Amino acid sequence: MTLSGDPLVRLAGLEISVRDAQGQDKIIVRDISLEVQPGEVLALIGESGSGKTTIALSMLGYTRGACRISGGTVEVAGHRLDGLPEARLRGLRGRVVSYVAQSAAAAFNPMLPIMRQVIEPALVHGLMTREVAEDKARGLFRALALPRPDTVGDRYPHQVSGGQLQRLMAAMALITDPALVIFDEPTTALDVTTQIEVLKAFKAVVRDLGTTAVYVSHDLAVVAQIADRICVLRDGMVQEQGRVEEILFLPRQDYTRALVAAAAARVPAAPMPDLPRDAGDPPLIQMRDVVAGYGGVDAQGNPQVRILGGVSFAIERGKVLGVIGESGSGKSTLARVVAGLHAPASGRVNLDGYTLEGEIRHRDKEQLRRIQLVFQNADTALNPAVSVGEAIGRPLTFFHALRGTDRKAEVVRLLDLVRLPAALAGRLPGELSGGQKQRVNLARALAARPDLLLCDEVTSALDPVVAEAVLDLLIDLRRELGLAYMFITHDIGIVRAIADEVMVLYGGVPVELASHEALEGPLHHPYTRLLMASVPELRPGWLEAANSAFSCGSSAGAGHAAGCRFFQRCAISRPGLCDVLDPAVHVGAGQTIACHLGFDGLQAAPRIAQGAIPA
Amino acid sequence: MIAKRVGGALLTLFLLSLVVFAMSLLMGGDAAEAMLGQNATPEALAGLRAAMHLDQPSWQRYLAWLGGLLRGDLGVSLITKLPVSTLLAPRLLASLQLAGLTAAVSVPLALFLGILAAVRRGSLLDRAISMATIGVVSVPEFVIATLMVLIFAVRLHWLPALSSSRDFSSLHDVVRVFTMPVLCLACVVMAQMIRMTRAAVCDALDSSYVEAARLKGVPPRRLVLGHALPNAIGPIVNAVALSLSVLLGGVIVIEVIFNYPGVARLMVDAVSTRDLPLIQTVAMIFSAAYLMLVTSADIVAILCNPRLRHR
Repeated sequence: MTLSGDPLVRLAGLEISVRDAQGQDKIIVRDISLEVQPGEVLALIGESGSGKTTIALSMLGYTRGACRISGGTVEVAGHRLDGLPEARLRGLRGRVVSYVAQSAAAAFNPMLPIMRQVIEPALVHGLMTREVAEDKARGLFRALALPRPDTVGDRYPHQVSGGQLQRLMAAMALITDPALVIFDEPTTALDVTTQIEVLKAFKAVVRDLGTTAVYVSHDLAVVAQIADRICVLRDGMVQEQGRVEEILFLPRQDYTRALVAAAAARVPAAPMPDLPRDAGDPPLIQMRDVVAGYGGVDAQGNPQVRILGGVSFAIERGKVLGVIGESGSGKSTLARVVAGLHAPASGRVNLDGYTLEGEIRHRDKEQLRRIQLVFQNADTALNPAVSVGEAIGRPLTFFHALRGTDRKAEVVRLLDLVRLPAALAGRLPGELSGGQKQRVNLARALAARPDLLLCDEVTSALDPVVAEAVLDLLIDLRRELGLAYMFITHDIGIVRAIADEVMVLYGGVPVELASHEALEGPLHHPYTRLLMASVPELRPGWLEAANSAFSCGSSAGAGHAAGCRFFQRCAISRPGLCDVLDPAVHVGAGQTIACHLGFDGLQAAPRIAQGAIPA
Repeated sequence: MIAKRVGGALLTLFLLSLVVFAMSLLMGGDAAEAMLGQNATPEALAGLRAAMHLDQPSWQRYLAWLGGLLRGDLGVSLITKLPVSTLLAPRLLASLQLAGLTAAVSVPLALFLGILAAVRRGSLLDRAISMATIGVVSVPEFVIATLMVLIFAVRLHWLPALSSSRDFSSLHDVVRVFTMPVLCLACVVMAQMIRMTRAAVCDALDSSYVEAARLKGVPPRRLVLGHALPNAIGPIVNAVALSLSVLLGGVIVIEVIFNYPGVARLMVDAVSTRDLPLIQTVAMIFSAAYLMLVTSADIVAILCNPRLRHR
């Protein structure tokens, strides 16, 4: 820590407590002391519930709901914020300290044009005239690399993408040249390919303006790119503070070490040996040319809104297919089609060679039993009024007619299988942690003794350390039970760790299908390359080196009817070909790619060849 | 989208005309019976029915009536032999005066109280407003009206018990005539509007964008009026429209209690004499007014919402 000059932010012994329904105060943040020097970016990192956002908001003199600052001092740019009356705080907020929220989509008022909201801080503080403010805003839009900077302000929030809104929110925070900007998980809600663009824009603007910032995040790799120092929080207390390199490479606390380990690239699990099968056996599950969507079906069998456009794949017994793609790529719909929750408009799903009915109510009990779905969000997937034992027991009775002591014994065995103590059977979901809930969710699916588990983003809502443990459990279970998984995720790192085969979806179409080995190989669809190159790595300087040569243009425009869906974002597309014809599917060793360039063309494309995947 | 709403309203109005006509058929008895009384001979009844076209099949009578409505010819009252429009015009004006005054008093007051309660959520004032609205909404309007008459007219002699006077020569007269009916109606109508306004504004105040605006240093007044209120307009306008349509029903009871010479009284009288053309027309007026209110609320909500406007 530099000792030269006065720090811009100084928290000393900060304590924040929340008043519960009984009027009792409970301390949620205690004894926080930290400083931020002018021009420095400090990252607050921790899991959900670690108090990172609460601490960051205290630097605006703000506490949410029933929280209040119950001890210590908060000093920002020479102002004592704790205990300052609301009217005085109002004069500082947006002028001296400003805030970039986690979800700009929610933080922009949907009823007002963007420009009016962006310049509002400058106007309410009487800092400049409307004309000057609008000019300045357009300058910031340009600095943040927003498309159409001169007119984007006339739009309404629903008319621009999430990544753009996040940058517009940064412009709003910077319009008053505040002494301090709080970034509260500003890229967490974005797809990786969008996140990298937004991070680059933030970093450039923070560097050029010399902004002092506090950056709240749970993602160590993101923080490594943008911060100078890191403060690790847990349960409302500081675990460790230090320069980025110290935290990443010389962590002193066990907890920090676990965080770093969870953020590091996983070592792929050893591949599963093939299960014995006859040569003529059909695959466990096979999808053929499935088209699915919403709205009525036209004469050609195409739905009005097409979500999946001709998807085919097969999963053998005991194998794992990873499905990867950004939000809106149709991953979840794919799982819903297999589960029978979304009937396809055309195409077939076969189980052991027999075609399954599209709708779940037409499938027989045995078919239902063999395919089980694990939902993304265990919080909402578990009925809060049903005990853990009952939640796991119901499928036991339904599928296997188990009752009484038999059922109890089986529930205990399943809890043991997901590494939970038997005592949990009597608890309600509300009494469990996020990781425990997800394990119960998993045990409930296993109770049916399925052959195929559809795992839809099962680790996305969990904190990194917990997600890591759940992933390890899934790998073990597969080994113990010989289960096949369809593993849906947006995180290519997870796919690398668990999948035997990977399908990359873009705009509802598989652009690449690759075996585990082929995925590590050099040749990929441009979108796969972009995905791989966009995953932040745990080393400072990655962001600057990250090559975005695979992409031009940011907003996903997968709406056009003909041609390659990736056309608008592809840096090596061939206009006149790629935007007219659907790409042919090229088959290579353990790999198929839907790209007009083919394997030879992809190899020849110079920038792609150089833009090596960071090892 | 707006065209769709208006088209939907017109279609509904047409269906309603069918329902209104069918209901009037179901009422049993007809104007001939009502006019001639108990001692009518069958021959006299038949003659009168023929003269009134009551002997035609009902679908013919419906088409004739609908055609007349579309041409603006509301028919002739079976009882008084006067054109329905002549009977209706002064009564409609009187009812509109009553409803208009009530709306003019209740809507701004309700919005003000609703927003105030939302901003001061959890305060003594908020709880007082909540209690009062629940209390008022759970008492039927005829009880309120009767109590008011008891207190202000019978005990205190401040106001006349009946509002049938049409003498508006001074402001004093106007106040004397309208105070009690308007107050009564306002009580009924406001409670709902206050509660809906409070809920909508509370929702908006809890949102992320209001928190974000607060963290920009936006002062409270602008926070409520500039950020929260635009988002609450949709629900509020709908609550206002629904409440004002309650006025239509409330008007009947209130006009009868205060002997106020409005459309609703006319309708009640027409029902007792089986004056079908009059009943049908008044019913259609009530229906059209209701649809107009609800449809315009939808249109306002669409126009105020950029997500619906820019599609």
